[in-house]
Amino acid sequence: MSPRAAWRLESLGFAEVHYYVAGKLDWMAAGLPTEGTNARLSRAGDVARRDVPICGLKERLGAVKDRVDGEGWDAAVVVNDERVVLGLLRAKELAGDPELTIEQAMRPGPSTFRPFVAIAEMARFFVDHDLASSPVTTSDGRLVGLLLRRDVVGESPPE
Amino acid sequence: MPTQIDREGVRRLLDAGAQLVEVLPSSEYAEDHLPGAVNIPLREIDRRAGAELHRDRPIIVYCWDAA
Repeated sequence: MSPRAAWRLESLGFAEVHYYVAGKLDWMAAGLPTEGTNARLSRAGDVARRDVPICGLKERLGAVKDRVDGEGWDAAVVVNDERVVLGLLRAKELAGDPELTIEQAMRPGPSTFRPFVAIAEMARFFVDHDLASSPVTTSDGRLVGLLLRRDVVGESPPE
Repeated sequence: MPTQIDREGVRRLLDAGAQLVEVLPSSEYAEDHLPGAVNIPLREIDRRAGAELHRDRPIIVYCWDAA
């Protein structure tokens, strides 16, 4: 739709016209602010815990578990140097053999959500799929934070 | 000729004074739009653009996604 609009504007005599083809979806998926009635709603990016522990593929599970325990968490997100999410360590994975590398121990390719998803929608998804936590990422896969079930379900008003 | 831009291009042009136009229906604009955007739905461009947009400033149009 935006290319057609751009070409029509050009034909109407506007000299410099650009079209942002990835559009509003791309903007919101990057966690950038918007205006409008939905901007007042609580969204995944607002509630996600940004202080979630992170670790890399080559670390040892035992060392990561110690660090995660020390920070009072029972989960960690596996990322690369660009903070792109590669895996997730929940309590079950953290309880594995401490000599394993994270690459061997992690749950690879976890489902992720974009920052703009409304918390009410997230709450339904968490309940329907019995999720404990889920990473929130930008459209290019970079970690925003970890959504916890207690935050999501607690934040969402009962229907 | 209109040019395709990405998110960084949008930011760069906005800093340079571009006008941002959402061409989706007004109900969708009301829910969420990029900061500072005006709404001229695609079907209303012919009627409204001349009066509402400046000819001496760049224009960025967008909708929901590439569809």
